[in-house]
Amino acid sequence: MLEQIIFYVLMTISIVFSILTVTTRHIIRSATYLLFVLLSTAFIYLLLQYYYLFAVQIVVYAGGIMVLFIFAILLTNKPGEALPEYKMGRKLMTVLISVAGLGLSLFVVYKSFNKMYQFVDMENLKMQELGTTLLGTSKYQYLIPFEAISVLLLASIIGGIMIARKR
Amino acid sequence: MGEEVIGILYGKVPMEALLTVSFTMFFAGVYGFLTRKSTIMMLIALELILNAADMNFIIFNRYLYPGHFEGFYFTIFTIAIAAAETAVAIAIFINIFRNTGNVTVDKISEMKE
Repeated sequence: MLEQIIFYVLMTISIVFSILTVTTRHIIRSATYLLFVLLSTAFIYLLLQYYYLFAVQIVVYAGGIMVLFIFAILLTNKPGEALPEYKMGRKLMTVLISVAGLGLSLFVVYKSFNKMYQFVDMENLKMQELGTTLLGTSKYQYLIPFEAISVLLLASIIGGIMIARKR
Repeated sequence: MGEEVIGILYGKVPMEALLTVSFTMFFAGVYGFLTRKSTIMMLIALELILNAADMNFIIFNRYLYPGHFEGFYFTIFTIAIAAAETAVAIAIFINIFRNTGNVTVDKISEMKE
């Protein structure tokens, strides 16, 4: 019962703020609304019993990426200035496309899902198991993606320094 | 009708409700990506799309395959890639701003000349 109420509150928050993120005229407000969306997503992960992912979402998205966005906004925009926008016709066309896509997806979901699945409680993922899965090489273990991500992060560090450096 | 209301209030959270959240987030991101002129706003819309994709992975993993963790690991890798991509993109935008004094998409077309 309580879980249901919390979920529907989170659902309302994330839907309303994700629409506000893309419709507001001020860029700093848009970043703040994005922060609310990311936080409510983190709490939905918590509700689905993925505790590690809750922590990752808050630390990486709500901590790291939002700080980057706010720095970039303050470096490139005059405060309090409304953004330039496209013409009304193009916006109406895009609204039409988005609503049509959303309607189609939700129609497929509500029409074709039966109630065969059910939400079952699961064992909590142990940190030890997570470590061996990320660093193992046998089936259902992920050493190669892990190393690829580490090379990607190194490349993006070097690329970021090279691009943003003063000449 | 009465049974459905009782099911909503006392049962577990249905999968369709969670998918409604993630699909709405995805299409809000699509709308923002197509109607914004500022590149940073386009990047924010892109973050919404990536976040919706992560949520979809988690929801399908949790409801259809509880006890397996493939979607969980994919989501961790996706979050790492999103962080790297955002850092590089913002470095590029700041460099463009330093050279042209602008970050809106219709005014930085001299880069291709």
